[in-house]
Amino acid sequence: MATLPTTFFGWVHFLLLQYGEVLFKGACVTLLLAIVGTFIGCVIGLVVGIVETIPEDKDASFFSRALLKTEKRILDAYVEIFRGTPMIVQAMVVYYGAMSLFSIDMSPMFAGFFVVSINTGAYMAESMRGGIDSIDQGQKEAAIAIGMDHFQAMRCVILPQAVRNILPQIGNNLIINIKDTSVLNVISVTELYFASKSAAGVYYKYFEIFFITCIVYFIMTFTASRLLRWWEKRLDGPRDYQLVEYDPLADPCGIHPIATKKQ
Amino acid sequence: MIEANNILCVKGLKKSFGEREILKGIDFEVKKSDVVCIIGPSGSGKSTLIRCVNFLEEPTEGTIEYEGQEVHQAFKKLPLYRTKVGMVFQQFNLFNNMSVVENCMVGQVKVLHIDKEEARKTALQNLEYVGMAGYMNAKPSQLSGGQKQRVAIARALALKPEVLLMDEPTSALDPEMVGEVLTVMKKLADQGLTMVVVTHEMAFAKEVATKVIFIDQGVIAEQGTADDLFLHPQKQRTRDFLSRFNVLSHQNEEDK
Ligand SMILES: Nc1ncnc2c1ncn2[C@@H]1O[C@H](COP(=O)(O)OP(=O)(O)OP(=O)(O)O)[C@@H](O)[C@H]1O
Ligand SMILES: [Mg+2]
Repeated sequence: MATLPTTFFGWVHFLLLQYGEVLFKGACVTLLLAIVGTFIGCVIGLVVGIVETIPEDKDASFFSRALLKTEKRILDAYVEIFRGTPMIVQAMVVYYGAMSLFSIDMSPMFAGFFVVSINTGAYMAESMRGGIDSIDQGQKEAAIAIGMDHFQAMRCVILPQAVRNILPQIGNNLIINIKDTSVLNVISVTELYFASKSAAGVYYKYFEIFFITCIVYFIMTFTASRLLRWWEKRLDGPRDYQLVEYDPLADPCGIHPIATKKQ
Repeated sequence: MIEANNILCVKGLKKSFGEREILKGIDFEVKKSDVVCIIGPSGSGKSTLIRCVNFLEEPTEGTIEYEGQEVHQAFKKLPLYRTKVGMVFQQFNLFNNMSVVENCMVGQVKVLHIDKEEARKTALQNLEYVGMAGYMNAKPSQLSGGQKQRVAIARALALKPEVLLMDEPTSALDPEMVGEVLTVMKKLADQGLTMVVVTHEMAFAKEVATKVIFIDQGVIAEQGTADDLFLHPQKQRTRDFLSRFNVLSHQNEEDK
């Protein structure tokens, strides 16, 4: 039998060789959960944000107005409930609740995707609404004034700006999700934390394993934040523009043509 | 009847916000190629009036007729009416996510369903007209106030409106930029575009307006030709209001 290492770094090296693959797979699961969950969450948030900001149409029938109001109430409740409870508890409730209430035996992985998405959706809905509200009403009015309807104005003018403005929050959510998917170990999702715990148990080397885990988490979040920042910059495009020709009306002397004509 | 050549006819227009009645029965007509200037003290309801004309605010009472027909009957949908009656805002309200030329294209493409190449051509012609063609690829945040307002005018013109509504188009501008916008407005007036302009630029109103409407506390206190109103105002209120501007211009002359 091979001799066991004696030093800290010896152990780290040994465990890496032994469990590197397990940890790597765990990290992949974590990333997958975080990325897919954040993406679906953003789609949910976008939809909720759009519905929440539909203006009340006085000409619409009583029925469709009541419907819209009910929808908004339900979405409000969704946002409040999922922001107001911890994801670890949501995971338990969804996973075991589905089993005992509806006899649905979902895989832990599916439950994981579901919980992360719906949780992120609740946060993104609020960000989205804030993003939409932050675009000044004047641009919406200008869009209406050139003949667009509410949804055209949203699609062409408001949403592109709102989404751009909340990109940092999307990035933030992704980073939070990379870390917080660790709570899914309670329903046995084999993400990085779960994998680490299993590996640590074999030799009782918790510190050594979690030292590695810590570094892996950090590499993932750091890379994500850098990539997002680069992407934001790219979206903004170049700061200057090509001037094709001189502006013939701009008046550097500040002469008021009509006033001067009178004199 | 004379109404035949009215483009716009506002009849008994009232508007309340909650309990407060802001407009208390406004009647006026706009004929083809008219330049109607609306003047009046702050808070008198000028913006509310012009916003009611293209239904950005829903009038509480009264009707608006377009070429002799009530607007809702003449147009199946309000957006179509709004392409006929363009609007220029005090705060420009350019679409910040689009370049200058895209600002002038989006309405044509999305509302009038004109194809992109054609829309681009029209957009460029209008930008040329306001002297902004050279900035076609700039973003609104890169422009000065006067340039923004000229782009906003080009954006409205790109839909080939019959009437252009303007709400204090020069009030948000630094003094040295007022001229460039007024130049464009004057050019439009000379070409016979029908305009309704809320303005504090009395020199502009005096020179260009075919009709001046003085609004005070939600009613038309007095209306008439520019000469009538500026040289021979009938009402004390009108005289008081105008005297503020006259005082200013006298001071300016004394300064020189
Ligand atoms: N959406 C609104 N809700 C409630 N009150 C409003 C609203 N819009 C305007 N008002 C009120 O209506 C009155 C007239 O406003 P309006 O903007 O039409 O005046 P104005 O003549 O354009 O003034 P200014 O020269 O300052 O632009 C003001 O007292 C304003 O407070
Ligand atoms: Mg106003």
